[in-house]
Amino acid sequence: MKIHVRDFDFYYGDTKVLHGINLDVPERQVTALIGPSGCGKSTFIRSINRMNDVIPEARGEGLIEVDGKNIYAPGTDVVALRRRVGMVFQKSNPFPKSIFDNVAYGLRIGGVRNKRELADTVERSLQRAALWKEVKDRLHDSAMALSGGQQQRLCIARALAVDPEILLMDEPASALDPIATTKIEELISELKESYTIVIVTHNMQQAARVSDRTAFFMMGRLVEYDDTNTIFINPKEKMTEDYVTGRFG
Amino acid sequence: MHVQRHFDRDIEEIKAVLLRMGAMVEEAMQQSIRALLDGDLAVAEQVIANDDRIDQMEIQIDQHVIELIAKMQPAAGDLRFVATVMKITPELERIADLAQDVCERVIELSHEPAIKPMTYLPRLAEDAQKMVRDALDAFVRGDAELARKVIRNDDVVDQLTEESFRALLTYMLENPRNISPAIRLTFIGKYFERMADGATNICEMVVYLVEGRMIKHSADPS
Repeated sequence: MKIHVRDFDFYYGDTKVLHGINLDVPERQVTALIGPSGCGKSTFIRSINRMNDVIPEARGEGLIEVDGKNIYAPGTDVVALRRRVGMVFQKSNPFPKSIFDNVAYGLRIGGVRNKRELADTVERSLQRAALWKEVKDRLHDSAMALSGGQQQRLCIARALAVDPEILLMDEPASALDPIATTKIEELISELKESYTIVIVTHNMQQAARVSDRTAFFMMGRLVEYDDTNTIFINPKEKMTEDYVTGRFG
Repeated sequence: MHVQRHFDRDIEEIKAVLLRMGAMVEEAMQQSIRALLDGDLAVAEQVIANDDRIDQMEIQIDQHVIELIAKMQPAAGDLRFVATVMKITPELERIADLAQDVCERVIELSHEPAIKPMTYLPRLAEDAQKMVRDALDAFVRGDAELARKVIRNDDVVDQLTEESFRALLTYMLENPRNISPAIRLTFIGKYFERMADGATNICEMVVYLVEGRMIKHSADPS
């Protein structure tokens, strides 16, 4: 198991928003987190690379291990953790810099100065993110001129540039049109050959299409976690059935 | 909080058409048995004439289900319902076709010397009819237990088909003039056996609908 979660609780101040989450994420597979708004799925995904640390009075209790190491253990290098566990957000957030500089950003922060190495990694990352062909002749144009779908793939390329093992995606296609969404979904299928992917999505058909396993969250609890086929064809829990069939208002 | 969905209304509509179709198929079966046992050619003609309406209902259900898949992308129980309907509808249509085949043979038999008594065949027909009726009940009630009971009964029908054939064979051996009508009656026996097979297929899908388990092609339906 790439990610191992046991009895994980999460609080914003006095408010408990995750209750005793137990979940194992297999390596090089896509795990989808689904559930209604406010169910805790985004809080949970942000716990996996400690992105919640930046929120005042937010704290987690319990165990989250990546490759067998507790990421909440004292002395954990959070920057190194986030390099291994990359993240892509709902709204693409390129820096107001060139396409090249966006992808090279993490490498430069990490101390890479060699121009050849930077250029190679930028090209490889853009290729992996299925964006290279569209931008290779304008790498030094502003990233802000790209379309929404291209910007999102640029953010994926930026996350891939630092060579992570895990990719967390928080509704990566929810702001995109159907064609751009299809590209992101195809990309996810290709990326899982090399990366472990956890994706939060409101689009249940997207979860059904891209994921191997699906976790259904409801009011801060993990209701059901199983093969995606089981969740969408024959779920065990009535609550899951009601959610995937749209019976919940 | 539960919400009433468009989907629920669609499901109810599809179910209603399927049940009307089921009732017509049952009636076609019943009439084919009457035509056979009483030699009632008017009833036989009626069954043949009604088959078009059953075919139309199959098309109507198919179209509705395809639209539903396109628009609603059903999941979980909804998906199993849609898959079940798509498998059940052609089974019903085929049962109606077989009832029509029975009637065609009955009309042909009216020009042949009669064979009496028709050993085993009446019971075979009635058993097959009961299986179809129970299969539809199991679908309507979502009753996997009843579905399994129907599936187990298929062996009895297979046995009756075999016994009916053997009895007809003795008629053929007794007198070559019996060969032609006995062959037609053998066909009829086979048609009823296949109607029972249709009921079995429907029941396998009912178990899938209720439990999400595919039990076809397995030796033990329990």
